[in-house]
Amino acid sequence: MDYTLKESPTLETQMLEVNLGPQHPSTHGVFQMNVTLDGETITRLKPVMGYLHRNHEKLAENMTYLGSMPFTDRLDYICSMTNNFAYALAVEKLANLEVPERAQYIRVIMAELTRLVNHILLVGFLLNDLGAFFTPVLYAFREREKILDLFEAISGSRMMCNYFRFGGVKVDVTSDFIPRVRQIINNFPKFLDELETLLSENEILMARCQNVGILPEELAINAGITGPMLRASGVPYDIRKVDGYSIYNRFKFRVPIGETGDVYDRYYIRILEMRESLKILDQAIKELPDGEFISKAGALGARSPRNFKAPKGDAYGRIEAPKGELGFYLVSDGTIKPYRYHVRSPSFINLTVLEDMCLGQKVADAIIILGSIDIVLGEVDR
Amino acid sequence: MKSLEQIKEDLERQFHGVGITIEGSSLIIPKEKWLEIARYLKDSPDYQFDFLSSVTGVDYVQHTEVAYHLYSMAPPIRQNADGSVLWRKSAADGLCPLTIKVRTERDGHMPSVTPIWRSAEYQEREAYDLVGIQFDGHPDLRRILMWEGFQHHPLRKDYVQEDQDREVGTFPKVPGFV
Amino acid sequence: MIFGLGVLKGMMVTLKNFVLSYFTKERLTTVQYPEERIPEKERFRNFPFLIYDEKPEDLRCVSCDICAKECPPKCITIVRDSDEQGKPLKRPKVFDIDFSICMNCGICEEVCPFDAIFMDHEFELAEYGRFEDLNYHKDDLLKSNEYFAKIRPQDAARIDAKLREKAKLKETEIRGHNT
Repeated sequence: MDYTLKESPTLETQMLEVNLGPQHPSTHGVFQMNVTLDGETITRLKPVMGYLHRNHEKLAENMTYLGSMPFTDRLDYICSMTNNFAYALAVEKLANLEVPERAQYIRVIMAELTRLVNHILLVGFLLNDLGAFFTPVLYAFREREKILDLFEAISGSRMMCNYFRFGGVKVDVTSDFIPRVRQIINNFPKFLDELETLLSENEILMARCQNVGILPEELAINAGITGPMLRASGVPYDIRKVDGYSIYNRFKFRVPIGETGDVYDRYYIRILEMRESLKILDQAIKELPDGEFISKAGALGARSPRNFKAPKGDAYGRIEAPKGELGFYLVSDGTIKPYRYHVRSPSFINLTVLEDMCLGQKVADAIIILGSIDIVLGEVDR
Repeated sequence: MKSLEQIKEDLERQFHGVGITIEGSSLIIPKEKWLEIARYLKDSPDYQFDFLSSVTGVDYVQHTEVAYHLYSMAPPIRQNADGSVLWRKSAADGLCPLTIKVRTERDGHMPSVTPIWRSAEYQEREAYDLVGIQFDGHPDLRRILMWEGFQHHPLRKDYVQEDQDREVGTFPKVPGFV
Repeated sequence: MIFGLGVLKGMMVTLKNFVLSYFTKERLTTVQYPEERIPEKERFRNFPFLIYDEKPEDLRCVSCDICAKECPPKCITIVRDSDEQGKPLKRPKVFDIDFSICMNCGICEEVCPFDAIFMDHEFELAEYGRFEDLNYHKDDLLKSNEYFAKIRPQDAARIDAKLREKAKLKETEIRGHNT
């Protein structure tokens, strides 16, 4: 589709094709946009992806079910715990495995900590795209380090956690887990208040972000957009509330919904979602029961993955990842390896409307619109 | 609340002569009628499946199959007395996701549902790129993840990788590297 | 509301962070590596190592090949040892791990039935050669049980107790068999 050119009878102009090329500090990875410009205004935008394609789906066909768990960490490499969660949920649906109570609570705590990690990184880097050169990133990363240190103490690695197993989690949490999470819950709101004082009322931020990149509601539903982008456009759809997977229906939390669907709404919704995640963490830590951290069948499957067979059939498991709806579609033919393994990645599908949002805007706006969609190239290209 | 059998009977009543089968928990729909059925599923007020979540191309060696997962985002919304919104739960409650599979032969053609649900745009391009299914009616069908000019379809079962990685334990003799 | 108040409030936050970073440890989180180091966490997993009990000759590995089969990127190569007649022994002759392929997932440690391979903490392993230098052979991978107890005390205590139980059970079995 094309944006209509403004008629200018005295001056003869041409359209300029510019390549916001794969090597660019603001495209959040190796991502290319072919942009056709009229002056400074965008008239066409075609994204080109596939620079980080590692053929993850074919690799999983040659690997046992547990063997592709470390590879799911590397899909959306910032939030590795939620990727593991979605994959474990899909396999548990396929093989009808039960998960004990304590493992469910630990999973929810890890998923909400990951949501904090992801949203704080996005707020930092969106401000980086706007030109606030690294000060919000520094403040955001200072808080993020505390959560990553906690991940390292529990699972062994800061980012590629490989912590979830089918039927539970890999090891039990350490004895200082609950005091540390409680410390995070106590300190994070103060930090969020400070960040909001720095950013949310800033006139420069408001002038650059409000009414830029508006996404209407019908287009969002039709194009399959999910996650904070959908909620910022005014659609009240959150998979934690709709599906109620795992034990999310036991927690009381609200879901923020935006009005206009511009870049400012998408930024502000993430700040509000972080506050809601802290509420869920608070309730989960109070209720964490004793018990086993993995079921018997799951422990057997983790000790010898080469004997873990899933029954014939197919299953689709989805969660509310911090970026949107992350789903895994597995087809099994009764052996130890999956027959077909497909990842429904939110960043890939959220990019469908990039062109629609950018038409008529300036080049600098295209950068912040891309930043507010929140893409991670590991997930887009798999 | 409808079950799969009820949906099958309803569709067979609406579109005479279409032979739908139920396999596991998914509907198998013949590809000639798929476009009309898709439009009916989206627009009819009983179903309102307006959110296409995932499109997957699967290669069984004699035929290929495309699996669609449909959700509904538009049930009747109720506003509570204090103005808060009652959560959108699926209209066909307990039925979501509705899994639909459409079959075609190995290098066959399929109707594209991009005019109906725009979320299929990139996913159908990916199914064409990796499995080799042609979609008729797609606005811009070209490769998306592999580069232009790549000849094969990687996710087919008979795909042989051209340039092999090095065997574990062998090391290339590259001049300049120790 | 004067225009520009939001920017001024933001600048006060930055000034507060700048001034307080001279006084509180919380605001200045730089660690002067390599003179200062962050304390190691027990469960931190980097590359694997093989474990021996008393002498490097009696390593726990019996060359069952399970870790090589389960490794997702297939970076382990094992060849079983055999004595002079050609009868296979329960020991590996060749045990190679290619550190340029290994992705530190920890699955080899989880699936080993004999508790013979564990994840190490060392990460300062830079080499000049890209290929052969990063392929670690059996001798480079062997480390003692005392080293394991030093870096991971809780896990070492648990594994030692388990092995003692197993040895005691075997002894009572042999004694019962003999009488």
